[in-house]
Amino acid sequence: MPLSTFQKLRYARHLVLKEIGEKGQEVLLSSKVLVIGAGGLASSAIAHLASAGVGTIGIADGDIVELSNLQRQFLHTFAALHTNKAISAGEFVRARDRDINVHLHPLFVDEHNICDLISGYDFVLDCVDRFETKFLINDACVLMKKPYSHAGAVRFQGQAMTYVPDKGPCLRCLLQTAPNGATCQSVGVLGAAVGVLGSVQALETVKFLLNIGRLLTGRVFYFDGLSFETKVVPFSGRDPDCAVCGEHPRIKDLSENAKEYHAACENVQGDTKQ
Amino acid sequence: MVKVNGEPLDLAGMRLSDYLSSASYSLSFIAVEKNGTIVPRSQYDSCILADGDSVEIVSFVGGG
Ligand SMILES: [Zn+2]
Repeated sequence: MPLSTFQKLRYARHLVLKEIGEKGQEVLLSSKVLVIGAGGLASSAIAHLASAGVGTIGIADGDIVELSNLQRQFLHTFAALHTNKAISAGEFVRARDRDINVHLHPLFVDEHNICDLISGYDFVLDCVDRFETKFLINDACVLMKKPYSHAGAVRFQGQAMTYVPDKGPCLRCLLQTAPNGATCQSVGVLGAAVGVLGSVQALETVKFLLNIGRLLTGRVFYFDGLSFETKVVPFSGRDPDCAVCGEHPRIKDLSENAKEYHAACENVQGDTKQ
Repeated sequence: MVKVNGEPLDLAGMRLSDYLSSASYSLSFIAVEKNGTIVPRSQYDSCILADGDSVEIVSFVGGG
């Protein structure tokens, strides 16, 4: 649909970018993106996707807003305490732009619901906080041939990578399995640092949707805000032995691999070198 | 010389797995690439570092 006069004004700074322009803005407005997790990464990612005029934004999270979230998860307000995070994030999007379709999924993704959930979207963002769920999203996206943006962030650091089917490695090619006990560590995180990674995810989403630039596919962006050690490391090619995207995949059905998607906290470790 | 995360180190002839444990990396959190290609964890033992190799080790974090 051609842009309205209001939209031409609203997205004026996109229209002068040769990589976006009117055609690109129309593509963004007709795109459907799913953000899984509505915490720190998502605060930054959703804010940028909504501002940029991505026409349909799905938000999935089963958690509720807690006081300790507000230090970094700026989508949520004091007024939203104890309400569902997807619903709270949806309010933020609606306040920015009434024209955006917000699809609320106030639930935790699991091996039973995730494939249905992601099937209606063009692109998925992994904004969840547990490695086990990151692997669930990875496996679902590989099996469903769905492109997605991976990111993780703690303390002052994090990483991001973009999976595109048949174009590069998946998270499992790089890490094989969800690190044991990782989720059970209680580590700090600075909002401004996790926000960098969420912003990278929004950037990758826009680049994918518009087919512009060079994605973080087959490359990992690593960022440490404390030292400003920042790099993009090439990981070309897939692991032929990858359990989900390799030549003889072990994981063909998420329910059969369900054990790996549920965190076990028996082996709680201290802060490991990362 | 072997470049590890951009730093030249005298590691030629060393097993990748030996280097990683001597540098006390937590193996389940890292991804390793040598000369641009993924080295899967199952090959850390058989991977012998050679003069001129460039190795990058990226530590992944969960959290979001
Ligand atoms: Zn893979």
